[in-house]
Amino acid sequence: MKEIFVNLDRCQGCRSCQLACAVAHSRSQNLFGALGETPAPRYRLYVERGLGLNVPLTCRHCDPAPCMEACIAGALYRDERGAVRRREGACVGCWTCLMVCPYGVVGREKEHKVAVKCDLCPDREVPACVAACPTRALLYREAEGFAAGVRHHAAEVLARSKELA
Amino acid sequence: MGKSTDAATKAMLQLAECQELSTIWDRFAKQTPQCGFGELGICCRNCLQGPCRIDPFGEGATLGACGASADTIVARNLLRAIAAGTAAHSGHAKHLAHTLLKSAHGQAPDYPIRDEVKLRALAARLGLAAEGLDTKELARQVAETALQDFSEKETPVTWAAVNVTQGRVAAFQKLGVVPTGIDSAVSEVMHRTHYGVDADPVNLLLGGVKCALADFASCAMGTDLADVLFGTPQPVISRANLGVLKVDAVNVGLHGHNPVLSDLIAQVARELDDEARAAGAPGGVNLVGLCCTGNEVLMRHGIPSATHSVSQELAIVSGVLDALVVDYQCIMPALATLAQCFHTRLITTMPLAKIPGALHVEFKEEKARQTALDILRLGIEAFKRRDPKKVNIPAQQCEILAGFSTEAIVAALAKVNPEDPLKPLIDQIVAGNILGVCLFAGCNNVRVSQDENFLTMAKELARENVLLLATGCGAGAFARHGWLTSEATHTYAGEGLKAVLTAVGQAAGLPGPLPPVLHMGSCVDNSRPVQVAVAVANKLGVDVDQLPVVASAPEATTEKAISIGTWAVAAGLPTHVGVIPPVLGSPLVAKVLTQDIKGLLGGYFIVETDPRVAAAKLLEAIRERRAGLGL
Repeated sequence: MKEIFVNLDRCQGCRSCQLACAVAHSRSQNLFGALGETPAPRYRLYVERGLGLNVPLTCRHCDPAPCMEACIAGALYRDERGAVRRREGACVGCWTCLMVCPYGVVGREKEHKVAVKCDLCPDREVPACVAACPTRALLYREAEGFAAGVRHHAAEVLARSKELA
Repeated sequence: MGKSTDAATKAMLQLAECQELSTIWDRFAKQTPQCGFGELGICCRNCLQGPCRIDPFGEGATLGACGASADTIVARNLLRAIAAGTAAHSGHAKHLAHTLLKSAHGQAPDYPIRDEVKLRALAARLGLAAEGLDTKELARQVAETALQDFSEKETPVTWAAVNVTQGRVAAFQKLGVVPTGIDSAVSEVMHRTHYGVDADPVNLLLGGVKCALADFASCAMGTDLADVLFGTPQPVISRANLGVLKVDAVNVGLHGHNPVLSDLIAQVARELDDEARAAGAPGGVNLVGLCCTGNEVLMRHGIPSATHSVSQELAIVSGVLDALVVDYQCIMPALATLAQCFHTRLITTMPLAKIPGALHVEFKEEKARQTALDILRLGIEAFKRRDPKKVNIPAQQCEILAGFSTEAIVAALAKVNPEDPLKPLIDQIVAGNILGVCLFAGCNNVRVSQDENFLTMAKELARENVLLLATGCGAGAFARHGWLTSEATHTYAGEGLKAVLTAVGQAAGLPGPLPPVLHMGSCVDNSRPVQVAVAVANKLGVDVDQLPVVASAPEATTEKAISIGTWAVAAGLPTHVGVIPPVLGSPLVAKVLTQDIKGLLGGYFIVETDPRVAAAKLLEAIRERRAGLGL
């Protein structure tokens, strides 16, 4: 399955991903329209600061997923793509999922008292946050593909050190 | 959405694509999606603790580090845009004022007073005692009065005070928005938007209105002084669109905004025809205009307009533009890169507007004629390097009738009623043959398929007998699409409007009706339609905010468009903007601009991206005002 990966060197902290995520989960599907909506559309990823770096935190769609395991209402399920999603109408707002998520990326929609989390934008080819990232700090890849890219880069770094030596 | 509705633009774009030349549309695509905080106006960069951003969905930060709210931040950002627009028009007007003063002092022999009638009318409007003064002395006094308007004084900016109705002056005084210096108004905005000064969004917006009135003064001064120095435009027949470029001539484009250099080039170009012929161009020198410098030389010399705004790069793609001479404002830096793919010489001329990759030939009024000739000769030199394989001139060009200064419109109406020229216009509005008047102004915007909003709205309004005025790149859009012709009146105007335009056209000795759109000049010349509206209001004994007159910048781009839009609202006009300005991050600011301000000034903003809906809203505003006047 394709997942959202982060290139930690690239994030500028502009939070465009957050806005795009909220708009993608709004009724009007555009920024200007989304502003007036009640409940306010919620974003499902967060740009945090860690040791001086900007770190976009996204749902890892873990397998097994602590949130899914912990959900007492059976409101969370894994879809055919492998994305962990919430079933409409089932969440009871106990926030157990929120408590157990190691990344803190399960949020809360206050008005309906339900959990909100990344659904990997099922209707889009590329998740809205990835499409919105101006520096390509967010990547939508197969895990193997992403790791291969990292290996390729690491190989270049090593080769260069050899060249310099 | 297409990139443009203009066939010449589309043809050139296809060519650019084949040759892998980057244009504004390619670069814009790489900018999307754009930053939502910026789009909403809720990013504050006014101090070194920032940038601070407000979460528009209310989950994260609701205040900047200093405590500024979204309302404060949006208002401050809008004010800075108004100040930038005002600063641009201030620079334009000041340039002309200095030139006029040099002319009066005999330091600029290439700048005689070409319109003494206008000079005397202007002096009277300014309240100067002109009797017995010779032209030079009067010009000196007008120039001094102009220059005094820029710095802070104890009295209102003259060009703002004498060019509006008494009712407007009273409304501005009541709100405390009368500017006392053009540049000091810009400076005041920069002060009040500095870290920790004005945080009250409504107070800030009133400060924006004050600055916008300084912008109005700059525009009015720019128009007046250009007319004095270069002549007041009269109806002129010319052509528009890229087809005006000639394969057998040295093509020199004049681009930017100010007539100080371009008018001189227009005056001397014929002298170099022989040199151009000797260089192998039997057609001699062919001047063409781009954007508002193009409008200035079109209005006064009938120089054809090549293209406008977003399509400016495509004049180079034709492969026959030998030199592109620019002054300032709206000149894309990308021109320099593109020019390097061709033989085109890009020539910057103003000390405050240089572009990497361009040749800089500094322009001084004292040696204007010589500099103009030098610049033209660079074009002739470049012509010799033209690559015939790269020549692709699109066929499209339209005949146009332009040159409708206020004076020209009054003169045309005077042919109908010599004693009382405005009466026929007022009578036709009262009778409903003219439902109202809409001023189309502003730019093209890469977000909108070029010209589409202008054309769609104009069709809807003309059919309902709304008389259309146009300036700037808006006027350019209508020019390139054949709207500045008698045929367009037959095609688009409603019966009432058609009859009026036919009657005035006949009286003025034209072969057909006036066009449905009257080209009133460059964007600075938005002051001209205000002058007409003020004269009509004064004659009727009402204020401008009661007249069935509206304005629209359906494809606005620049900060100048924001300042002009703001003074149009202050002048009392319902003012449409067809792209979304960066204010929606503050529902309060958006509400003040689109609703509450109506109660204070009569004018208000209408933000609507759908051109059909926008036209309907403007028609509704016109009908509301007619009802208010009992019509």
